[in-house]
Amino acid sequence: MTIRTEPMTVNVGPQHPSTHGVFRVRITFDGEDIVEVEPVLGYLHRGTEKLAEERNYVQVVTLTDRLDYTSSMINNQAYCLAVEQLLGIEPPPRGKYLRTLAAELQRIASHLIAVGFFVQELGAFGTPLMYTFRSRERILDLFEMLCGARITVSYMRPGGVFADTPPDFWPALDQFLNEFEGELEEIENLLLSNEILMVRTRGVSPLPADVAINCSVSGPVLRASGVNWDWRKIAPYDAYDQVEFDIPVGENGDNYDRFWVRMQEVRQSLRIVRQCVAQIEPGTVRRELPMVLRAAPGAEAYGRVEASKGELGFFLVSDGGVSPYRCKIRSPSLINLTITEHLLLGWKLADMIVSLGSVDINMGEVDR
Amino acid sequence: MVKGLAVTLSNLARKPFTTSYPEQRIRQHPRFRGEEFTWYEERCTGCASCAKYCPLGIIKIVTSPSETAPLQGDKYRLETFDIELQRCMFCGLCVEACPYDALFMGSGFEEGQYRRTDLVITIDRLRQAEKNPSTWFRPQLEGMEYRPGAGRPLGWREVGRENWRWHQHEKAGMRLAGGRNDNEGEA
Repeated sequence: MTIRTEPMTVNVGPQHPSTHGVFRVRITFDGEDIVEVEPVLGYLHRGTEKLAEERNYVQVVTLTDRLDYTSSMINNQAYCLAVEQLLGIEPPPRGKYLRTLAAELQRIASHLIAVGFFVQELGAFGTPLMYTFRSRERILDLFEMLCGARITVSYMRPGGVFADTPPDFWPALDQFLNEFEGELEEIENLLLSNEILMVRTRGVSPLPADVAINCSVSGPVLRASGVNWDWRKIAPYDAYDQVEFDIPVGENGDNYDRFWVRMQEVRQSLRIVRQCVAQIEPGTVRRELPMVLRAAPGAEAYGRVEASKGELGFFLVSDGGVSPYRCKIRSPSLINLTITEHLLLGWKLADMIVSLGSVDINMGEVDR
Repeated sequence: MVKGLAVTLSNLARKPFTTSYPEQRIRQHPRFRGEEFTWYEERCTGCASCAKYCPLGIIKIVTSPSETAPLQGDKYRLETFDIELQRCMFCGLCVEACPYDALFMGSGFEEGQYRRTDLVITIDRLRQAEKNPSTWFRPQLEGMEYRPGAGRPLGWREVGRENWRWHQHEKAGMRLAGGRNDNEGEA
């Protein structure tokens, strides 16, 4: 005997505790199975690209902090690389190393958030998140030393970073590197040996490599599907050609792989930070440039970095004025959302939030 | 699972990582970009570089030529120096733009008010405020073991970088040194 059921449409968000910001997705269920998915975007649109057109090249740095607010340093870096390409300049070596170091610390902080919230969405309320936030807090304290702010850093400038490190930064960084190793081990012990986590994530919402490439996703989501693709290796920027690191690659592209790739990337980032500390030499950190920059009329540049969520690019066009004529932001979170349907269709209600969380979107960047 | 329990057990004996705010205060780095801008009138020439460089345009400066001889190098008199703190995002670009080390980021973070208009910092408030500048973008403050919260406000003579490029020909405060007596900043 079969019971006749009707599909039911449910709105998740835009104000939902586990959608990573004001993300709304309209889902149609058949019983517990997901049959239709429709993401609805735009609740956090602030017009960053338009605002950039009426600020000068240095002032736009403050806007980039607010794109992906969990990895502001990397946003700064992407924008500054684009402006440097536009002007044809290069920062001094110490500036490059400081940028790389700050970006990798930020990657650790961002991945810790991703992992913490991912586990929270599996039902582990509070505890693992607090473990990861404890470590993230120390990175933010380091950022406060570097640039006086924890989230809205505005640390980098076209041509380097705004100023050299304070004298007490290096001892504090050393202490962090020594202690973070143990903290990371603790988090890994807590999570990777947890049976519930394994059962809930292994084999859930797999993303085949060809689908991932067709949807042009990037970052840990792409690498979890088994594609070895990382802009830090393919087109090294700043000091990435001076340091050694591996790219962790997953196999199946399921939720577990996405989580695992992030955990491994934290280790690799730690490696890069250590090498930066060993290789960095005294010197100037910023090119002497006029306060108000001007590029040649008609000049175009596309600066890209491997951000914590994927490829982050800034496309700048100049008309010879003091501000960009056009600033297009290629944000990884928005592009990574294109796989929502592939992840969710056919899976159950209970896995929906977990799969969304494993993509690690950030609405500040999706809507811009 | 046993491993997980071991982690939990090892944390039982550890002292808490958090601080409870009103009783204990977190250690704040001198570079912290806080509210309540610190401004040294003796150093300010009224050039309005800060107002021009502010991404949001929230600094309002009105000047008039000083009654005493401007031709002898006397500066402009400042009539208005309003900072609309409610719209400020504390990026610090105004401080970066200031060529005379007259404007500094503040070090406080407890600027809560009941009305929005109270958040506008006026020139009188800037004059009367205790000078606890942040060391953000002011490397000359970093070597001198100065901590903003330590209860030793800095006078205008202590905060400049007179050996900088911009100060070679024209030292800030130099014009005030002869003739006019100024008791501020002697502390």
